[in-house]
This record gives sequence, structure tokens and C-alpha cells, in this order.
Amino acid sequence: MASSETVPAAGQRARGLAPFLRSQMRNIAPFLTLIFLSGFFAFASPSFATLDNLGNILTQVSVTGIIAVGLTFVILCAEIDLSIASIANVTGIAVAYFTLQDSYVNIANIPLPGAVAIIVSILLCALLGLVNALGLTVIGIPSFIMTLAMMQIAAGISALLVRGQIAYKVPSLITTLGSGSIGGIPWLVIVAAIMLLAGHLVLTYTRFGRYVYMVGGNREAAEYSGLNVKLILGAVMVISAVCSGIGGMLGVAHFGSAQQNEFDTYLLDSIAAVVVGGTSLFGGRGGIGNTIVGLLVLGVLNNGLDHVNIDSFLKILIRGLILLAALVINVYAQRLREKAAE
Amino acid sequence: MSEGRSPILELQGITKSFGGVEALRGVDFALLPGEIHGLVGENGAGKSTLMKIIAGVHTEFSGRFLIDGAETHFRSARDAHAAGIAMVHQELSVAPDLTVAENVFLGNQPTNRFGLVQWRRMAREAGEQLARFGIDVDPMSRLGDLPIGLQQLIEIARVLFSGARIVILDEPTSALSPPEVERLFSTLRRLREEGTAIVFISHFIEDILRVSDTVTVFRNGRKVAETASAATSKGALIEAMIGRGGEALEHSYTDDLMLPQPSGSSVILKVDQLSLARSLQDVSFEARAGEVLGIYGFMGCGQQELSRILFGKLKPDSGTLAVEGRPKTFASTAAARRAGVALVPESRRDMLFHQEPVYKNISISILDRISALLLKPAQERDIAQRQVEQLQIRPPVVGLDLGMLSGGNQQKVALAKWLTYPPKLLVLCEPTRGMDVGAKNDVINIVRDLRAKGLAIIVLSTEPETVLSLADRILVLKRGAVVREFRNEPVSKDRLLEAA
Repeated sequence: MASSETVPAAGQRARGLAPFLRSQMRNIAPFLTLIFLSGFFAFASPSFATLDNLGNILTQVSVTGIIAVGLTFVILCAEIDLSIASIANVTGIAVAYFTLQDSYVNIANIPLPGAVAIIVSILLCALLGLVNALGLTVIGIPSFIMTLAMMQIAAGISALLVRGQIAYKVPSLITTLGSGSIGGIPWLVIVAAIMLLAGHLVLTYTRFGRYVYMVGGNREAAEYSGLNVKLILGAVMVISAVCSGIGGMLGVAHFGSAQQNEFDTYLLDSIAAVVVGGTSLFGGRGGIGNTIVGLLVLGVLNNGLDHVNIDSFLKILIRGLILLAALVINVYAQRLREKAAE
Repeated sequence: MSEGRSPILELQGITKSFGGVEALRGVDFALLPGEIHGLVGENGAGKSTLMKIIAGVHTEFSGRFLIDGAETHFRSARDAHAAGIAMVHQELSVAPDLTVAENVFLGNQPTNRFGLVQWRRMAREAGEQLARFGIDVDPMSRLGDLPIGLQQLIEIARVLFSGARIVILDEPTSALSPPEVERLFSTLRRLREEGTAIVFISHFIEDILRVSDTVTVFRNGRKVAETASAATSKGALIEAMIGRGGEALEHSYTDDLMLPQPSGSSVILKVDQLSLARSLQDVSFEARAGEVLGIYGFMGCGQQELSRILFGKLKPDSGTLAVEGRPKTFASTAAARRAGVALVPESRRDMLFHQEPVYKNISISILDRISALLLKPAQERDIAQRQVEQLQIRPPVVGLDLGMLSGGNQQKVALAKWLTYPPKLLVLCEPTRGMDVGAKNDVINIVRDLRAKGLAIIVLSTEPETVLSLADRILVLKRGAVVREFRNEPVSKDRLLEAA
């Protein structure tokens, strides 16, 4: 049966502002949320809109930001990584484990030179990421389940290393990057900014970045284009684990101690940052720019709620509701785009 | 044999159009109780549309619809079901994770007075029903563990024994082995004795002739013939299906076409004894440089699986592949691409990125050649622009999202992505399906150009015209095996259909 060949006019794309805004909804909505929240807290509390507090907010989201860089890659491929917080935790603990602790710390650890301790720790998180990658691509375990198992495995390694104790010392480079500052700017914020920038450059300007978007946009088509889809999926799982590991090491220095379950809240925060920012859970849409907006939304929300007089238990509920709203927008924006494409 | 009985179902002057295109034009159709009525016609001739009207899937149409002589109008498939009409669709619609018994009783499991399922009774009755059908299988085994043909038989059995008075079977035999077909036919005959009316749609004309009492032929949305099966032949039916004379504007390929002398150019691909479960059996052939090899067969003949094996997407159970004399086992599509094989699958949705601009769709397969690490968007756009102009893709704007293009232009984009650095072997599945005449001709010309450049090309299609318009040599695939090769001899649509 002959299908009538309709050629869309070149001008059809610019049918007006409304369709354009609709197709850009996933980028616009988080940004409006950020402006609205900032305006609200600035109005509600005189101590919110200060330069000092901006510094606080940036510092507070930095560890989440470092972890979220890798997670953005994973979610762009329409996969998920639930092991990020556990891998951050185990890497932070490992780097302390390989550092000479004060005599009152009761951990049978193995002191190594600082640089070696850092390298071994990064190799550890990369290895855990590789296990995720192999489980996902070679065995074919869905990433949700595979990384759920890895979450337990990493937590288990953490437990074996510290055995309920707390370690304090980490290599001096990590201490500086995690808790020092230069010219009044915390190194932690600088590292987070550099990693976010690097992530953005990789996703936007490299061949690998393009493949990530293509695999996320239509995995079947990527395979029919002769892309090595498994290699790309494996790579994003390793990237995610390494970013988590770096976040974990700096986080330990930032908190001043390494112990079990230290990063538990970072799992949901990192996923929330990526998704609230507008990166599609179905893959192929979004990016580091979205993640930055998402981080700031969460940062402003957490910080702002401390500045206004509000029941601290209510804060948890409010965060949950904001996350739900972001998910609704995420799914809705996807549908609008699909409609626009048809 | 059916004179004197009044029809159980009667359709008069049925016309149905989709978006201005008439799929059925004034069709009359009558079905008698205790009759097996065969339906033949080419793809898109209107058979399925008519059956979907009968089964209550399409509810908007003009014409009269009578059941037992009373005018009826179904509002949904559920209405049709209530009136005793059941249909087995071509695609399996079973629940593979449920047991055989649950599948047989899907939707009406026997329950006791507390609403609990009576498992023992269900298993016993399912076993009895299937035994009547000649199927010996444990009713409590998981359906998905059974071979596909058996699953299809069980689905058919479910519908046949659902108590329906009118049963429509759409291509029921395509996945069945000969003994399974035999079993199906003997059951159909028994149901006929019991007064059930059966509509049997198939591309396998021998099957139709063997089992049906009456055959109706469709062409271009019209009923062109209705005859007693005993009074016709395969040749006559094929002739009625294709039609003689200048009814269609397109070249109808009814006359003999002379295939050229094989060129003797170098062998690009050698396939030896390829087998895959129930899909392919010992398929062997060669594809040569500067030659288009057509592979023709009905839906489900194994073409799709074959194309996927050539591109590393499926692994064969046995058999070997060699590209330019070097044996290959493609572990992935990436490996196949590196070896110089390219595939355009039948579904454009599967191979294109609808939310990405045209140039990214074209450059995806060559990115690793133009950029080591960093992307070079300007060069990508240049390359895409050249392809867009060469293939006359409309509109010629490489920054436009692919989803904005029409189907024919999308198909050209699908070709364009392989043409910048041409592969050695290009595998095309249904390259002109769903296209209008102009776009079809464009695609045919593109393929001929590529052949002139020395590519080996394999065209797989279920449409004889597509194969005839492109191929230098034609293989006919039937139930997973190569049954005929046409080379250096006259070929026509009749001959192809005859062989398949």
C-alpha cells in the first residue's frame, strides 16, 4: 500500500513558541524550580541570600556533585547504579585503611605511602565498577539488580575493613582536597567543578559522549549501527564507580572520619540531583548542565529549609514531595517530546 | 456440498478506508456453517482488514454486516467474541510464563464456589482437549519451555475449543512442521463436521487447497474470485491474485524477466550450512561483488533471522560464514561492521534515532573513522549534506530531527548512514516496504548505483516485486530452507510464488 509522501515544510519546526517550550520542558522546569526556591528562601530568611551562604550551599552539594557526574552517564544510557553510595563509602574507608592511623584507632590496617594508598583505593572502586559492568553486559543482569547486589558487597567490604571502628587519617593530598581551601574557595568545590566540567566536555565533545547519548536514545538502533553497545554500557558503569570513589575519598576528608554507613544518604541525593535536573530516566536526553541545576535545586532546598523556621521532620517530607514532582515532570516531558517527534 | 444452508455470517458491500486510502471496496463475503473458507491475496490486498472487521477490531466501515441473517454492528472485539467469533492472529499471543493448562483456559479458569481456581480439574480438562488435538503434553508444564510450533498449536487449540461458531485463522501454519500441519488439518476437518465455520488465511496455497471447501481471492481491496477448492489450482489462484492486464500503474512483474548470466566476480560472502533452531535449516549461498542477491519467501520463512545472523545480532546453532574467504564468527554487530557488513533492518524504528538530527543519524556508523577522540561536527554535517543531496532526501536540512521526515526519506537516511564509507556487503530487509512509487524508484536506483560500484548486496523481502525489481539472482526460502535458486533464466511473480 502506497503511503502518501508528505514532506514537512522547513518552517514547520518553528510552529511557534509553545511547541518549542514544550519540547524544552525538561530543561526549563528545573531551572524555574531553582529560581522559585531561591527567591522564596531569600524572601523568607535574611540569612539565606548571602555570599557566605552561597559558599555553604556549594560545599554542601560538592560530594553529591562528584558522585552525580558518573551517575549522569549511567542514567543517560537508561541504566541505573544503586551502588554509588556504598562504593563511595568503601573507597573512603579503603584510603583511610591504607594510611597510618593514630595508635588509639583499633584497626588492623596496612599503612602505605599516600600516593600508593590513593591509587590502590581508586583501583578498588574501578574494580567494583568493572564487576557491575561485567554483570550487566556479559551475564545480562539488569543494572538495577546488579548494582543492588554491589551495594551489599561494597558495604560488606567496608564492614570487614573497619569492623565497627572509626578511622580519621587519610593521605595529606586527600585531606587538602577534601577540607582545605585556596583563596577562600574550598578545594572540594573546585574539584567538583572540574569534574562536572570534565564530564560535560566528554559528553558533548567526544565520540564516546555521542555514543552514550545514542545508546540511551535507542539501544536497538545503536546496535544496528554497529556500535559496541556492551563496551559503552560497561564503560559508564566503571566511570560511575570511579566518580563515586573520588567523591567517597574527599567526603571522608571533608567529614573528618571514615566509618560504616557514612554515605547512605548520598544514594538518593545523587539520583535526585540527576533526575530533578531533567535528565531522562529513559536515556538519551539531558546532561551535566541538567545535573548542575539539579544539584543546586537540592542544595538550595536543603540549605534553605535550615534557614526558615520549620519542623525538621517536615523537611524530609518536603524533600520527598519535591522529588516526586520532578519525577512527574520527567516522565511527562518525555511524553511531550515523543508526541512532538511523531 | 454447502448448498441449501443459510450463511452464518454475511457481509454485503463492505468498504473501509484508512486516511483516504481504500483498503476494501464493496466486498461481499458469506460464510456457511460447517465450511472451511480459504482466503488468499497479496500483502495489503485486504484480507486482514476484512477479518479484523469480522472480529470487531475495526468498527468503522460502510456496508451491511449480518449474523444468522440479522443485521449487527460490533462496537468492540468483545462484542464479536460474545457473538461466537474468535480469531488466532499471526503473532503468538500466549502467556509463556503460565502453564499450558492456564493458557488453554486463559480468562475462564474453572473455579469452585469460593472463587478459587480448581487446578486439578483445569489440568485434566486441558489435557483432554489437547489430546483431542493430538497434542501430548503435560498440562502443568510452563508454556514458554515448549517449542514455538507447539505453542502455536496450543494457542490455536484454545481458540478452536473456546466454543466459537466462527473461527478465523491468520497464517496458522507458518511456524508449524509438516506433521503439526497435518494434526491441525485433521482437527479443522473434525470441527467442520461439528458445524463450526472456519476462515483460513494463508500464503501457502497448497495448504489452502488441501483443507478448504471454498477459496476467495482478494486483490487491491476487491474480491476478485470465489470458487470451490476442488475446481481450481495453484496456478489459477496465483493468476487471480496477481491479476493480468494493466490494472496497476506499477510494473507488475507478471511477465517473465530474464536474469543475467552470473558474473563470476569475486565472492564477498560465503554462507555454509547455516542452521538456527526452527528458523533456518542448512542454508548455504554466496554473495558476489557487483551483484544483487534476492532472497524471497513468505513471512516467517527465516529471512529475518538470516539477516540478523549476517550482522552478528543472532548466533547460529551451526554453520559458517566467510567474508572474502576469511572465516568469521561475528560476536557482535560491531564486529560485523568492522568486517565490512552493513544491515538495514525492515523496521526503520529499529535503526534510526528519531529524536536526533539527521546528520547524527548518518554519521553514527562512521564516527570512528572521522574522529579519534573529539567530534568534528562541521565535518559530520558536510558528509551528511553530501549524502542528503546525493540521495535527494527531503527536506535537505541535516539539522532537522529525523522524526520530522516522512517514511520514505527516513529509509533513505537509513541507507545513507552506510554509504559514506561503503561496506563490502550490504544487507537490505524489505527496502521498499510501505513506500510510494516515487520513493520506491529512488531506492531502487540507489541500490543499482551501489551494485555498479562493486558492492555485494543482499535484498530480503516478502514482496516479490521488490526482489524482482532488484535482484540478479534469486533464492527462495521456505520454512527456513533454500528450496529454489533462479539464475540466468526467466523468472516472474508466478514462478516465485509457485516455488515458495
